[in-house]
Amino acid sequence: MANILAVVEQRDGALRRISGEVVTAAKQIADATGGEVHAVVVGAAGGASGADGLGRFGAARVVQVEGEGLDRYVAEAYAAAVADLAREGKYYAVLFGASAQGRDLAPRVAARLDVPLAGDATGLAVEAGELLVTRPVYAGRAFAQLTIKAEPRLVSVRPNTFRPREAAAAGTVETRQAAAGADAARTRVREVRAATGGRLDVGEAPIVVAGGRGMKGPENWQALEDLVDALGPTAALGASRAVVDAGWRPHGEQVGQTGKTVSPQLYFAVGISGAMQHLAGMRSAKTIVAINKDPDAPIFKVADYGVVGDAAEVLPRLAEEIRSIAR
Amino acid sequence: MKIVVCIKRVPDTEARIRISGDGRSIDPAGVKFVISPYDEFALETALRMKEAAGSGEVIALTVGEANSAEQLRSALAMGADRAVLLKGEPTLDGLVTARALAAELKAYGADLILLGMKAVDFDQQQVAPMLAELLDLPCVTIAAQVEMEGGVAVCHRETEGDTEVVETALPAVISITKGAYEPRYPSLKGIMAAKKKPLEEKAAQLGESRIELRTMTAPPERPAGRIVGQGADAVPELIRALREEAKVL
Ligand SMILES: Cc1cc2nc3c(=O)[nH]c(=O)nc-3n(C[C@H](O)[C@H](O)[C@H](O)COP(=O)(O)OP(=O)(O)OC[C@H]3O[C@@H](n4cnc5c(N)ncnc54)[C@H](O)[C@@H]3O)c2cc1C
Ligand SMILES: Nc1ncnc2c1ncn2[C@@H]1O[C@H](COP(=O)(O)O)[C@@H](O)[C@H]1O
Repeated sequence: MANILAVVEQRDGALRRISGEVVTAAKQIADATGGEVHAVVVGAAGGASGADGLGRFGAARVVQVEGEGLDRYVAEAYAAAVADLAREGKYYAVLFGASAQGRDLAPRVAARLDVPLAGDATGLAVEAGELLVTRPVYAGRAFAQLTIKAEPRLVSVRPNTFRPREAAAAGTVETRQAAAGADAARTRVREVRAATGGRLDVGEAPIVVAGGRGMKGPENWQALEDLVDALGPTAALGASRAVVDAGWRPHGEQVGQTGKTVSPQLYFAVGISGAMQHLAGMRSAKTIVAINKDPDAPIFKVADYGVVGDAAEVLPRLAEEIRSIAR
Repeated sequence: MKIVVCIKRVPDTEARIRISGDGRSIDPAGVKFVISPYDEFALETALRMKEAAGSGEVIALTVGEANSAEQLRSALAMGADRAVLLKGEPTLDGLVTARALAAELKAYGADLILLGMKAVDFDQQQVAPMLAELLDLPCVTIAAQVEMEGGVAVCHRETEGDTEVVETALPAVISITKGAYEPRYPSLKGIMAAKKKPLEEKAAQLGESRIELRTMTAPPERPAGRIVGQGADAVPELIRALREEAKVL
C-alpha cells in the first residue's frame, strides 16, 4: 500500500488555507501510487473546525491528534505526533506545507525518522515508482528535479502552488491523544505580537500589494492599504528591502532574497525597481503588475502588465475601480 | 560565552546563474561566491553577543570544499576568533550536512550554535532544526534578534504575521533571519588580523546523500508582458486585462 500522509495545519482551532493545498498535492501522488491520502492535524482538544471537510480534497482518513495546550504550534510535541504516525503508517510519502510552521516542523520530523527532506516543491510526479520532485533553487534562478532514496519521502510544498482541487473521499475523522503536550516545549513563548492586524501574511496571501521606495514615504502607505482593502481578505501588503531598511515597514512584509518568497496569483509591485534580490522573492507569481514612473525600470521585464506613472496618481483610481467591481 | 556560527559558501545574490554542460549543476565561471547573507546576519548576531558579554569566543564552522576557506577568512576578518573547515561537498541532502556538523559540534561544549535561516543556494531551510534534533538541543528558528537576559537567550521570532518573543535556556540552536543588525564590513585591520587567526581543516564525516539530483534547468521564461498605458488613465484597461486575460480578479 502506497499511502500518503498529508500534514495539515490549524490556527486558533480552524484549518488553515494551506491544508487544502497539501491534501491536493498528496492526492496527486496517491492517484499515481494507487494509495490513499491520510491527513493529520495536531491541535487542542475539540479538534480543528474544517477537519471533517478534508475528504472533499481526497483525504480518506483524517487523524486529529489532540493535546493539552497544542492549539499553538509546539515543535517538540508536533514533531513527536507526526513522526509517530509516519512510522506507524509506513507511508510512501509525507507531505507538509512550506509555511512558517511546516518549515520548522518538517526538518525535525526528517531528523527523527532519519530520512531526507525535499523542501518547497513546486512540482510533483510519480515515474516508475519514483517520486520526482521539482523545486526552485538559487532563489528561482534555476529549478532542480530530484528523487528521494528513502521511505517515507518527506516533501514540503510551496504555498499557493497546488491549488486545492475537489476529489471526494470518505474523510473519516478519528481523534487521538497526543503523546506529548505543550509541557514538552523546550522553549518558552513570552509574548506574541500580532503584526498584520488580522490580515493575511504576505507569504501565504493569494494577492500581494507590495510597495517600494517609489512610494516616497511611510505616510503614503494608506494608498496601498486602500488597494488591499478593495481587493478583499485574500490580499496582503508586501514591501521591498529598501523600505524595510528605511524603517517604513516591518521586516515581516519584506519580499525577496532576504525576506519572504511568495507565489501569489496576483502581485502588484508599486514603486519597486525590480532588483535581482527582489525578483528572487516574487518571480514565480502567476500574474505580475508593475506600477512605476520609469519606463525603463527592470521590473517591467518580468511584469505581465505595466502602468507607467506616478503611484500617487494610479493607486487611488485602481482602488476605486476595484471597489466598484466588488460592489 | 562560546558561540559557533555555521556558514556556507554560496553564489552572490546578484550572480547570473547558468546551468553547466552536465545539466546538473551551475556553471561557476564568472560567479562571485560569498557567505550566505543569512549566515552573515548570524555572525553579526554572534559578534554582538560576545561584545555584550564582554568575553567569549566566536567560531565559524563550515562543511565545504577547499575554496570555502575564503568565506571562513571573511568571517575571521569580520571578527570571528577561529574557523574550522570540514572538507567535503555539501549536497541537497541537508540531513547529511547536519550530521557532519553535529559530529563536529559534539565535543565543542558551545553555549550557542547560530545558523542562517536558509542558505541561498538550495534554499532548503532545514539544517538548523535537523541539527538541533541530532544534538538534542532546544531550537528557535527565524530569529530576527537574540539577546541574553539573566542566563537565557531571548529571541524575536518571525512567524506568519506575528512576532513571537521566545526564550530558551543554553545551550541552544538558533537560526537567524535579517533583523535588527546590519552585518559589519571587515576593517583593514580585521582583514590583516584574519590572516593570523587559526583556520583548521579536516575531513567532514559525510554520509551518502539520499537526495538524487536528476537535472537542473533554467526557470521557465515568463511570457513577455506589455505596458497597458500611462498614469491613472491606464487603470480601466489594466482591470479589463486582469479580469479577462489573466482571470485573476
Ligand atoms: C544580499 C542582499 C539581499 C537583498 N535582499 C533583498 C530582498 O529580500 N528584497 C528586496 O526587495 N531587496 C533586497 N535587496 C536590495 C535590492 O538590491 C534593492 O536595493 C531593493 O530591492 C530596492 O528597493 P526599491 O525597488 O524599493 O527601491 P529603488 O531601487 O530605489 O526603486 C524605486 C523605484 O520606484 C520608482 N519610483 C520613484 N518614484 C515613483 C513614483 N512617484 N511612482 C512610481 N514609481 C516611482 C523608481 O523609478 C524606481 O524604479 C538585497 C540586496 C542585497 C545586496
Ligand atoms: N555546508 C554547510 N556548512 C555549514 N553550515 C551550513 C551548511 N549548509 C547549511 N548550513 C547552515 O544551515 C543554514 C540553513 O541552510 P539550509 O538548510 O541549507 O537552507 C545555513 O544558513 C547555514 O547556517
